[in-house]
Amino acid sequence: MSTLQPAPTPESIDPDEAPVPTKKAKKSATGDAASAVTSRWASLIAVIIAVLWTTPTVGLLVTSFRSQRDINRDGWWNAFANPGAFTLDNYRQALEPGTSASLGQYFINTIVITLPAVLLPLFLASLAAYAFAWMPFPGRDALFVAVFALQIVPLQIALIPLLDIYVNKLGFGASYWSVWLSHTIFALPLATFLIHNFMRELPGELMEAARVDGAGHVTIFFKILLPLLTPALAAFGIFQFLWVWNDLLVSLVFLGGTPDVAPITVRVAELSGSRGTAWYLLSAGAFISMIVPVAVFLALQRFFVRGLLAGGLKG
Amino acid sequence: MVASMLSIAPSAIPEPFLRAESTLGKFLLMFFAVAFFAAVFGLVLFLASLFKGRGGEKAQGMLFAAPAVLLLAVGLMYPAILTIIQSFRGRQGNGDFTFENYTAMFTEPELLIVLRNTALWVILVPFLATAIGLLYAILIDRARGEAFAKALIFLPMAISMVGAGIIWKFVYQYKQTERDQIGLLNQIFKMLGLETRQWLLDAPLNTFMLIIVMVWIQAGFAMTILSAAIKAIPDDIIEAAHLDGVYGFKMFRHITLPSIRAALVVVLTTIGIGTLKVFDIVRTMTAGQFDTSVVANEFYSQSFRFDAAGLGAALAVLLFVLVIPIVAYNIVQMRKEA
Repeated sequence: MSTLQPAPTPESIDPDEAPVPTKKAKKSATGDAASAVTSRWASLIAVIIAVLWTTPTVGLLVTSFRSQRDINRDGWWNAFANPGAFTLDNYRQALEPGTSASLGQYFINTIVITLPAVLLPLFLASLAAYAFAWMPFPGRDALFVAVFALQIVPLQIALIPLLDIYVNKLGFGASYWSVWLSHTIFALPLATFLIHNFMRELPGELMEAARVDGAGHVTIFFKILLPLLTPALAAFGIFQFLWVWNDLLVSLVFLGGTPDVAPITVRVAELSGSRGTAWYLLSAGAFISMIVPVAVFLALQRFFVRGLLAGGLKG
Repeated sequence: MVASMLSIAPSAIPEPFLRAESTLGKFLLMFFAVAFFAAVFGLVLFLASLFKGRGGEKAQGMLFAAPAVLLLAVGLMYPAILTIIQSFRGRQGNGDFTFENYTAMFTEPELLIVLRNTALWVILVPFLATAIGLLYAILIDRARGEAFAKALIFLPMAISMVGAGIIWKFVYQYKQTERDQIGLLNQIFKMLGLETRQWLLDAPLNTFMLIIVMVWIQAGFAMTILSAAIKAIPDDIIEAAHLDGVYGFKMFRHITLPSIRAALVVVLTTIGIGTLKVFDIVRTMTAGQFDTSVVANEFYSQSFRFDAAGLGAALAVLLFVLVIPIVAYNIVQMRKEA
C-alpha cells in the first residue's frame, strides 16, 4: 500500500528546512500518536478492532472443518482442544456431484458467468472512452455527460423491463446471455468514466505523433493506448470481477435457481433460507464461494486499492 | 406473473447456445460468447477503419462510442422509463394512471416499517463504518505491519454479502441458555450470566444486528480511502503544528480532520449510496421477515413473490429518488472544496 503515498511535490520539499541530512521517518499526521503512553493504548485498540473484525470469519472457517455432529454439539472455540477431529467431509459433501446439495456445478456457472461479464465491459468501455477522450464528433460532450450521469441510476429500476426484453423479445430465458449482458450494461457508466479519466491524462502529443506517421484510430487504440491503459484496466477489471462473482440480485432475477445456469451465491443464499441450520453445508459452501475472490483480492490488492481511490464504488 | 416468466420462455435460439448441463458444454458456451463478442468488436473496428478523411473522423468517433451508448440506451434508460411508468399503474402495474403505489408506501404500516428500517441503515452504516475506519486508519498509521493490519479489516470487502450474511448468522446462532452454545455472541452473553437471545427474530433489535454486518463490510473501504488521505497531508503542515505544540487529539481536530474533509465526504456518501441498495444481507439472513425488510429487499419481494410489480416499480423509483440528494450533496461539497 506504500504505492498510495504521493510523490514529493516541489512545494513539500522545503530547501531551507532540509540542510541537516536527517534519517527520521516521515512524520505521522496523528502527531506520532503523541507519546509512548498513548501509543500503547492505540495499539491495544487497534488490536481489539482487528480481532473483532477477524473472529467471525475464523469461527465459520473452523466450523467448516468440523464434523456435522461436533458443529451442533458445542461452539467452534472448543475445536482446538481436539485438533485430530478436523475433517474435510463437509467440503467433500458440498462438492460431491449428483447430490441435490452439490455446489460443484454452481461454482462452474459462476466462472462461466464472470469471465465474459468482466471482459465485455472492459472492451466496450475502453472503446467508448477513447472516442469520448480523443475523437471529436458532434454531440460528444453531451453524450459523455449522459453516460457519466447514468452512474447514479440504481440497477433495480431496470431489472423487470430488462427481464421482459430478454425473455419475450430476445428469447434468452434463464440463460447466461441475460447475465452477461446485464452485468455489462450496469458496469458501463462507471467503467467508461474511469477509463476516460485515465485516457485524458495521457499526453495528446502521443496521439498526434502517431497520426502524423499515418496511423489510424484503430492502430492507435491497439498499439499505443491499450498497453498504456493496463493499470486502469486492471483496476477496473478486479472491481468488476469481485462485483460479478459476488453478485446475488442480478443472477437471482434473471436466472432464478435454475441449476444449469445459476451461480454459487444464488445457491448458497437459497440454502441459507431452506436449510438454515445445516451449518456443515453452509460453512463449507460459504468458503467455496469465497475462496476465489479472496485469493484474487489478496494477490491484486494494489490494483484494487488504486481503483477505489480513482473513483468510487458502484452498486 | 413476473415470477413465472422464466419458466414459460419460448425461444427461437437453439438450446445449446443458451444453457449447458455438462461442464464442458458450459465452458464451450463461454468461449463461444467471448469469441462472438470479439467478432462484434472486430466488426465495429473494421467498419471504423473504412472511414477516411475529415468527415470520416467524426463517423469513426461515433462508431467507437456506439456499442456502449446503444447498450445503455436500450438496457438502462429505456427500462428505467418503463419502470417509472409502471409505478403509476396500480399495484400490479397494469392498470390506469394512479398514485396508489406512492400513497401506499407512506401509509401502509408494513411499508412504513420498511422505510424506517432503510432510514436506520442509511444513517447508521455510513457513520459507524467511517468512524471505525478512520479510527483504525489513524491508529495503525505508520505502525509496524501496517499492510497486514489493513488487509485484516479490508478483507470483508472481497467476500460476497451472501458469505458475510452466513458468517454473521452463525455468530448470532441461538440455543437455549442452559444448552451448549454454538453462536459466539450468545456464548459471550451466557458467560456474562445473561439469557441468550434470538438476535434475528426480535424486532427492532434484529435490524441493528443486520446493520452490524454492513458496517463490518464497509469499514475497510472507509479505512483505505481515509488512510490514503491522511498520508497525503504534507509534512511541513504537521511539523509546523508540532512546533506550535499541537499533538494528539488537538492535532486530529485541527489538522487531520480539516485536511481529509473531502475524502470524508466521498466515503460517507459512497457508503450511504451502497447501503441504500443493500439487498443480499437482508435476503440471506432474514429474507426481510420479522420486520427487517428494507427498500431494496422489499422491491424484490413485491415484484417477484407477491405479484405486485407496480408497487415493486414504485420502490425502485424511490431508491433512485433517494440516491439523488446524496449525490447532489457530494457534488456541492466537491465544489466548495475546489
